Amino acid sequence: MTKTSNIDILKKLLIFSVVMFGFGYALVPIYKKFCEVTGIYELERPDTVSKKIKVDITREINLQLDANIRGLPWKFKPLQSHIRLHPGKLTEVMYEISNESEEPQIGQAIPSYSPKNLERYLKKVECFCFSQQELGGKETKQLPVRFLIDPEMPDDIHTATISYTFFKVKAN
Amino acid sequence: MAVIQDVHGHTHDHPTGIMRWLTTTNHKDIGTLYLCFSLAMLFVGGFLAMGIRAELFMPGIQILEPEVFNSFTTLHGLIMVFGAVMPAWVGFANWQIPLMIGAPDMAFARLNNWSFWLLPIAALLLITSFFVPGGAAAGGWTFYPPLSTQGGMGTDMMLFAVHVFGMSSIMGSINIITTILNMRAPGMTLMKMPMFVWSWLITAYLLVLVMPVLAGAVTMVLTDRNFGTSFFNAAGGGDPVMFQHIFWFFGHPEVYIMILPAFGVVSEVITTFSRKPLFGYTSMVYAIAAIALLSCFVWAHHMFTVGMPVTGQLFFMYATMLIAVPTGVKVFNWTATMWRGSLTFETPMLFSIGFIVLFVIGGFSGVVCAIVPIDVQVQDTYYVIAHFHYVLVSGALFALFSGAYYWLPKWTGHMYNETLGKWHFWLSMIFFNVAFFVQHFLGLAGMPRRIPDYALQFADFNMISSIGAFGFGLTQLLFVYIVIKCVRGGEKAADKTWEGAHTLEWTHLPSPAPYHSFETPPVVK
Repeated sequence: MTKTSNIDILKKLLIFSVVMFGFGYALVPIYKKFCEVTGIYELERPDTVSKKIKVDITREINLQLDANIRGLPWKFKPLQSHIRLHPGKLTEVMYEISNESEEPQIGQAIPSYSPKNLERYLKKVECFCFSQQELGGKETKQLPVRFLIDPEMPDDIHTATISYTFFKVKAN
Repeated sequence: MAVIQDVHGHTHDHPTGIMRWLTTTNHKDIGTLYLCFSLAMLFVGGFLAMGIRAELFMPGIQILEPEVFNSFTTLHGLIMVFGAVMPAWVGFANWQIPLMIGAPDMAFARLNNWSFWLLPIAALLLITSFFVPGGAAAGGWTFYPPLSTQGGMGTDMMLFAVHVFGMSSIMGSINIITTILNMRAPGMTLMKMPMFVWSWLITAYLLVLVMPVLAGAVTMVLTDRNFGTSFFNAAGGGDPVMFQHIFWFFGHPEVYIMILPAFGVVSEVITTFSRKPLFGYTSMVYAIAAIALLSCFVWAHHMFTVGMPVTGQLFFMYATMLIAVPTGVKVFNWTATMWRGSLTFETPMLFSIGFIVLFVIGGFSGVVCAIVPIDVQVQDTYYVIAHFHYVLVSGALFALFSGAYYWLPKWTGHMYNETLGKWHFWLSMIFFNVAFFVQHFLGLAGMPRRIPDYALQFADFNMISSIGAFGFGLTQLLFVYIVIKCVRGGEKAADKTWEGAHTLEWTHLPSPAPYHSFETPPVVK
């Protein structure tokens, strides 16, 4: 019951508070890692495609392509607005980005799919959204997406949409 | 409020007037400051609630513009949680813990003064944020991004205020833990401590566990807003859903931080007025600890609709329902304490029984909300509003009233007016239910929260709810009158005011409790 033991408890609790403050920040990488491990958050990773997937020529899916820009002086569009494809067939579509300003800039594309749960059946082996894209002043680039649609996809889906939005990446 | 009566006869140099309160390190003075502050905040938050209910009295926009309405709901929540309920409990801790464990004061008297004086600064930031360009924060008390990463200066002020409230809470908790661990009277083992002290010990540990995490989240929002980081900004690779995970990692334990001391007060009051020892003391201690532990693993039940794998939903659903078990233990123990006791129904007992009845209703609607398919239906509706007002108003606030009436005679040396106290209870009880019971129906019918206008079919229930709310608000003025009257004078309170009381402050100290008490520690057998 001496004063020093009070101070000891104070020190321990202060250190504990600081550790918990750090834990708040540690939740950020933990959260990212958790989503990665459990597969909730695999937007920026190529999918592995099983060799066993067969092309299902009895079905044809209408795939619509969409492109948006947020906060960048860029033009971004798909070279074809929609395609028709058989599930299981490896397909490539092209997008074009062009920087309208004089400054070099970096952007990151974030995908968004419709209908809900399409990401379970859309297997992308190559995509410009897997990494940041840098464009010099007035530069134009054509970028591919290579993917296939898993024939396991429910039969009632006839039309699907893949949408990308390019966001500005702040230079550090 | 505290009466200076130096029983030991030696003189101290006390500053008088305002300087006494600014510089005080006396736990009773600081407790009084905390309690007065939180009562003032109760009325500020209550004023906002009256504004909300006035706007919702009829369909259409009558009084508050939608943006102002949103500021009202946001600040009502923040002020009630951080300004009213939490400081009120710290006030009780300051007054009662040293008295109940036989300590002369809190462990860190100067720190205690600082933790209090941070509060008015934070409150000032919140209140003045209404008058800056852009108005006060309006994205809800949970300040989810992207709304909280937008918004004007008012949002920055709100975030900073939450930081300051958090700092005060952490300092207060460290003080409380140290006091309880180190300054108990000889013979007062941990398992002999009064239940109120136990509930605060566990609450204080929860606070140092989760408050810093909130501080982290607040800092991230602030740097996202002002320094170009992208923790929660999707455009920069951040994730707004992550904020909700971090926030509720704090937020769910936070609701237990507000209710555990209430459990402590109710345990004291029920035993006193049943004239029986508390039934199942040990199980009560373990129940509080179990609730505190479980509360750290249920946070995502606030987020069932934001997108989560079914496995996650199931885990959080079952974990949440598990909390009903230790809570049930407590309710059964209180009931068993009253069983065959010689009950009397003074105001503190009335508020405690009211607490048990209404808190159980709130607990049950909580279990309903925990069921994922039902939660998907009632998320962000008035059903949720009804649920958490049953546990926070008729839960935490009723227990605060119960504790205030119970200890006012010890604090002031005077009896409060029992007739007026009973009036206060019955009016609160009736108006509370009029205001909030109908909100269950509104929620089940699909009325969303945080909107200033609503579809016509909700009109009748909203009018009833508003009338109840106005009545409840006015009734609380009666409480202020009763307290002021009791401080000013009245019948002299006996040292052991309540026949069934058994804790140290009643058995070992005069009423009012002297300015310096237990300078020689009592011996507990």
